[in-house]
Amino acid sequence: MKYLMFVCTDPDYTPGQDDGAPDVEDWVAEMDGRGIRLLGNATRPASDATTVRVRNREVLLTDGPYAETKDQIAGFDVLECADLDEAIEVASKHPMAWRGMIELRPFWTDDEG
Amino acid sequence: MADQARDLIARIYADGWSRIVATMIRLTGGGWDLAEECAQDAFARALQKWPESGVPDQPLAWLTTTARNRAIDRMRRASTEAAKLREAASMQREPVPPGARDSDIPDERLELMFTCCHPALNLDAQVALTLRSLTGMSTAEIARAFLVPERTMGQRLFRAKQKIAHAAIPFRVPPARLLPERLPAVLHVLYLLFNEGYGDPAKAGLSQRAIRLARVLAGLMPDEPEAHGMLALMLHDARRAARIDEGGHLRTLDEQDRSRWDQAQIAEGATILKGALRRGRAGPFQIQAAIAACHATAPTAARTDWPQIARLYDRLALIAPSAIVDLNRAVAIGMADGPKAALRLVEAVAGTGQLDGYYLLHATRADLLRRTGRTAEARQSYRAALELAPTAAERRFLRDRLRQS
Repeated sequence: MKYLMFVCTDPDYTPGQDDGAPDVEDWVAEMDGRGIRLLGNATRPASDATTVRVRNREVLLTDGPYAETKDQIAGFDVLECADLDEAIEVASKHPMAWRGMIELRPFWTDDEG
Repeated sequence: MADQARDLIARIYADGWSRIVATMIRLTGGGWDLAEECAQDAFARALQKWPESGVPDQPLAWLTTTARNRAIDRMRRASTEAAKLREAASMQREPVPPGARDSDIPDERLELMFTCCHPALNLDAQVALTLRSLTGMSTAEIARAFLVPERTMGQRLFRAKQKIAHAAIPFRVPPARLLPERLPAVLHVLYLLFNEGYGDPAKAGLSQRAIRLARVLAGLMPDEPEAHGMLALMLHDARRAARIDEGGHLRTLDEQDRSRWDQAQIAEGATILKGALRRGRAGPFQIQAAIAACHATAPTAARTDWPQIARLYDRLALIAPSAIVDLNRAVAIGMADGPKAALRLVEAVAGTGQLDGYYLLHATRADLLRRTGRTAEARQSYRAALELAPTAAERRFLRDRLRQS
């Protein structure tokens, strides 16, 4: 099962000096090694985002993100996991689960009703 | 003969429903709706056939085979999609062998419990799914028990099953390293069901179902003392008959007719608790069961070992701190050391504001104020409790107290 992992900031949480969060490079190395992380990257902040809409065949652009929320997407990874429990284990080892939050979205697959 | 068969089916349904649903979920690779449908169909056929042809030698195996054949049929007919055919084929490789005995049918209810109570599902969904698939209550019955429209409950169940399928929530007992965080979720749901039926005589069935499930859980997890502790705690439902008298009046512990307590059930709870405590891993359920046992074994209310109960609450407050535990601890101290000491503790709990909407906070405060002679304040607290009390019996009790003070 594939999951898209949104790596998000949490504006309501301020971590302490030494929060014990794991290192992101160790995380990438482990998940690449296990064949779980298929793809992923940090993304530039919302101030660098462009939102694209086509209305009446006209391309409309907005400077900024599609939704004005305080929490922001800071990156993403595509995971290949056996099931949700494995995806949860992988997400909980990511430093941004400790300092921000992570959302797991299963891929839409065709072979089910 | 026919009546006998119907009685037997009703009895088998109580445990058999969840057994068959669980087996079918695994056999169909997570087809929850299909599993329920086939289980329903198997019981319908039993009702049709058994009264005439007699009860088969191995009823559970008969029902499982019938449900499984129905599933294969349904999958073949539903679609020619490659995936469905693959599923049907894989099921045939795992047949229930002809002449299978009931004891050959694997008990997969533990897998079912952990999947229903997966923390990635919200609590309402966990509760609904547990009732539907583990106790066999219908959507309409569950909706009535939780006072929501049937449509809402149907949606809730539908969404939960969809999420299990789409997000790939596994159908399994979590591995040992996950158990410490997953078992409490299962215990929480079962205890919540128990409590839902505790205060309200009309919902007593929920408590009975919760006890039944707790027995299954404890039986399937012999090495988990908290599962046994919870069962022991629930068995103190033995006092139910004495809690509300013939006139519908709520009787507090000290007013209850102790001869109406179910002594056999109390003894069973005590034995189970003793076994659990021997493992040396006392958790919140075991401590609460020990507290309940102190009450249940006191020959009269006046001879209750309140200092021991207060000590148990001290321990509970250490390992599972909460405002409710603090409130109960205050009650115990009030009985052991007098109302003045307790009142100070209750005021501290009230000061946190966490229990403002909890009628027992106000009722407890009222009782302590009454015992210290502060009648006017007591009446005020009784009135606050009266406004918040959830059941008619509780309101009636508070009105009586208010009239007497």
